[in-house]
Amino acid sequence: MCRVVDLQQAVLVKNDERAGSLRAELTARGTTVVNLLSSPGSGKTALLEAELALAASRGVPVAALTADLATEHDAERLARAGVPVKQVLTDGLCHLEAGMLGEQLEGWLPAGTRLLFVENVGNLVCPASYDLGESLRVVLASVTEGEDKPLKYPTAFGLAQLVIVTKDDIAEAAGFDEEAFRANVHQVNPGVDVVLTSARRGTGTGLLLERALAVAGGEEAHRPVMARTGSGSGGGSSYGHTHTHTHAHPHAHADAGAHAHPHTTITTASAAGVPARSHS
Amino acid sequence: MHEMSIAVAMVEQVTETPAADGCQAVSAVRLRLGELAGVVAGSLRFCFSLACAGTVLEGAELLIEHVPGRARCEPCGAEWATGMPPQLCCPQCEGGKAELVSGRELQITGLRHADGADGGGAAHHASVQVKES
Repeated sequence: MCRVVDLQQAVLVKNDERAGSLRAELTARGTTVVNLLSSPGSGKTALLEAELALAASRGVPVAALTADLATEHDAERLARAGVPVKQVLTDGLCHLEAGMLGEQLEGWLPAGTRLLFVENVGNLVCPASYDLGESLRVVLASVTEGEDKPLKYPTAFGLAQLVIVTKDDIAEAAGFDEEAFRANVHQVNPGVDVVLTSARRGTGTGLLLERALAVAGGEEAHRPVMARTGSGSGGGSSYGHTHTHTHAHPHAHADAGAHAHPHTTITTASAAGVPARSHS
Repeated sequence: MHEMSIAVAMVEQVTETPAADGCQAVSAVRLRLGELAGVVAGSLRFCFSLACAGTVLEGAELLIEHVPGRARCEPCGAEWATGMPPQLCCPQCEGGKAELVSGRELQITGLRHADGADGGGAAHHASVQVKES
């Protein structure tokens, strides 16, 4: 006996559904998620350190979750900003998934968190396919990585809602061709903003916070061509950005006390094939 | 190597589909894979065979239909093959308002159930327009 069954199922539908419900749940709680993607060593942590410190100084309740294969170095660095930080160890897994993020947030994410920055695993390939329930996806590239990075990793750059160039202080020494980089970004993602930063010099600090707060306040983030999939494409994983961000949350920020005590939490993510292990 | 996560998700979906009722073994899974999906077919095949082990899909064949990337510019009406790396800026009006017609597919489109070896599977195999990678 043999039987053929026709189906129409997007493979990542479960992740997309979890991401969608996480986005809705967090939005209802007044939290907006920012997903940061880049290669290892691009400067996600340095940029985030500066943005978190700035947010703390302005009294904006923010939190950060950082994912790595091993070590808690990044969480230690980020926690110096004095905001809640959690380290997730993926035990070798190359990306975060929405379900993993949801589990990590349970019982940890302080009430009243306005912005949650998620520092994804340093990798420009795998994390690009997974919607984490973010409302702003940011892709970073340092000036030493070459102008053609956007073409080499078109899914990551093609789905970015903001592109941040880091280490601009050494752009000249690295021979970084800004015009060529911008042209390459434009090819795979026309209309996305490209901003230059240097965490060392402090140039561009605050741009990310400003953009994230604008999105949290209801401003619609850029919609990349790659995420605009017509009905016929059947992609199903356009990371759920077809909804409009019309939510404007009134925030009293009366919960500042919850953010006055920085703490670092370390957990190992549990996913298919990844054993759950507590590091705390 | 997120292909392993994708392969595991595929196996989960197939084993949970109501269409699997009454038929234990799945002998083949058809997948539409877009050029811009960011998934490597060879790597997915390898991971799929591992993910299937010990499930009703044990030994199942993965039939991949490759879907080229195509974009359409709404304002000027141009439609083009995106290529790889993709050209997502309209080549005609240079606008940035295009949308993808195809290319990000990562979709299971069919299953073949078979209990035991039979020739029917092969017959169906031929009827599915599958371009092997």
